[in-house]
Amino acid sequence: MTERVRDLVLDVRGKRCPQPVIELGRAARDAPDGLVVVVLATDPAAEPDIAAWCRMRGHHLLHQGWNEDASQLVSRVRIRRTPQAAVPAAPPPGGPGTPPG
Amino acid sequence: MSQPRNGAPPGRSYLDAATFAPLLPIAREALLAALDDGWADPRRLHQEGRRARLLLDQAREAVAAAVGARPEEVTFTATHTRAVQAAVAGVLKARRRVGGAAVASAVEHSAVLNAARHAGDLRTVRVDRLGRVDLDHLVAAVTAAPTALACLQVANGEVGTRQPVAAAADVCRAAGVPLLLDAGASAGHVRLPDTWDALTCDAGAWGGPAEVGVLCLRASTRWLPTEPEQDGVEIVAGSPGLPAVLAAAVALEYAGARQATEGPRRAQLVDRIRRAARRLPDSEVVGDDGDRLPHVVTFSCLYADGEALLDAFDRRGFAVGSGSACTATTLRPSHVLAAMGVLTHGNIRLGLPLGVREESVEAFIAALPEVVAGVRDQLGVGDL
Repeated sequence: MTERVRDLVLDVRGKRCPQPVIELGRAARDAPDGLVVVVLATDPAAEPDIAAWCRMRGHHLLHQGWNEDASQLVSRVRIRRTPQAAVPAAPPPGGPGTPPG
Repeated sequence: MSQPRNGAPPGRSYLDAATFAPLLPIAREALLAALDDGWADPRRLHQEGRRARLLLDQAREAVAAAVGARPEEVTFTATHTRAVQAAVAGVLKARRRVGGAAVASAVEHSAVLNAARHAGDLRTVRVDRLGRVDLDHLVAAVTAAPTALACLQVANGEVGTRQPVAAAADVCRAAGVPLLLDAGASAGHVRLPDTWDALTCDAGAWGGPAEVGVLCLRASTRWLPTEPEQDGVEIVAGSPGLPAVLAAAVALEYAGARQATEGPRRAQLVDRIRRAARRLPDSEVVGDDGDRLPHVVTFSCLYADGEALLDAFDRRGFAVGSGSACTATTLRPSHVLAAMGVLTHGNIRLGLPLGVREESVEAFIAALPEVVAGVRDQLGVGDL
């Protein structure tokens, strides 16, 4: 039985860009391969920026979504220790998101 | 010598001219001359009024020729935003039996998106990572449900990417949907396509007065006014004053005459900026590499603060723009960058005005690595 690594919850609610991504970068720096970081954010810029950070750093964005009243964004990120190069010309996944509010 | 060539005082470089260019010296001269010579009411039948009417007609003819319209198709509005609002609301009203929905790319000017939302329904069409509209999605959007109007820009004013206008016009024509082409960032800088039913332009973006917008409606375009009848000169309420219109027309002729030289020259400067930005660690240069406006360039720096970058450049004498949330009055990131799925923080946006000095661009490129590193040092992100 291998022990499952527990998800890391990163609460950056109330913090404005670029702080949420900076804190995610810090959390990822020492994280083991495969760790899932759950980022709680309120800054509207966190949605595109966490997605872009994952692409630039080779991490895997598992899921991203705002809660029902669009007051909080939850992003689930799987940390990859062997990041691949970003592919800048690929189309964004799923098209434009509807901004909250 | 009262006015420096690039609109900035000595020691300053104004590089934020994508949507708000400094008034061209020739436009300033025209404006001042018109305050003496073109101030009268063009509806009056006395000599002063006839003189004003003559000047207005000449301005309309000049603008029409520059944008590929007939003079009677051209209306001057107070600002580009008003032109967009009148185009969207007027076409939706004329086609209300079709249904109120407008289709627009997700990266249209906020004036277009806001006008469509305000006037009815808005369905947005996604773009790729370069900011180019997804034509398949456009086809689906205009055919899946009743569509009263489609809106597409000639090129994006924030990232510079040109849109596939001819192909989009074919899609719209096949679907029987009128096309509003927004040339807000493009008019004066590139040759405009003529495949439109409505066209909107912004004099402030080509070096004319910002209080002049242009709305062109083809004779065949169904459009109804949404406001009470006006003065009998323009079809949209609140037309700009004649001196501003004359200055806008003079500036557009000047810009058009320099497209062949100023286009490639500025495109080359933009290429140099893009290469320099790409050399920065953890940077993302956005928009199409080649099929783009000649004067607009933007890039983002990971872990940097857009407002701090803007301030640092400002202190060094460079006026630059940004699409980062912290630099916006709404505290929301640029909807263009967000729709493209690119980084929105640490964003720097440049618009090179007509006649921009090469030395200004070289000095910006020289300062760039130090400014970005300085901002990142302050945030303590050097080891990320």
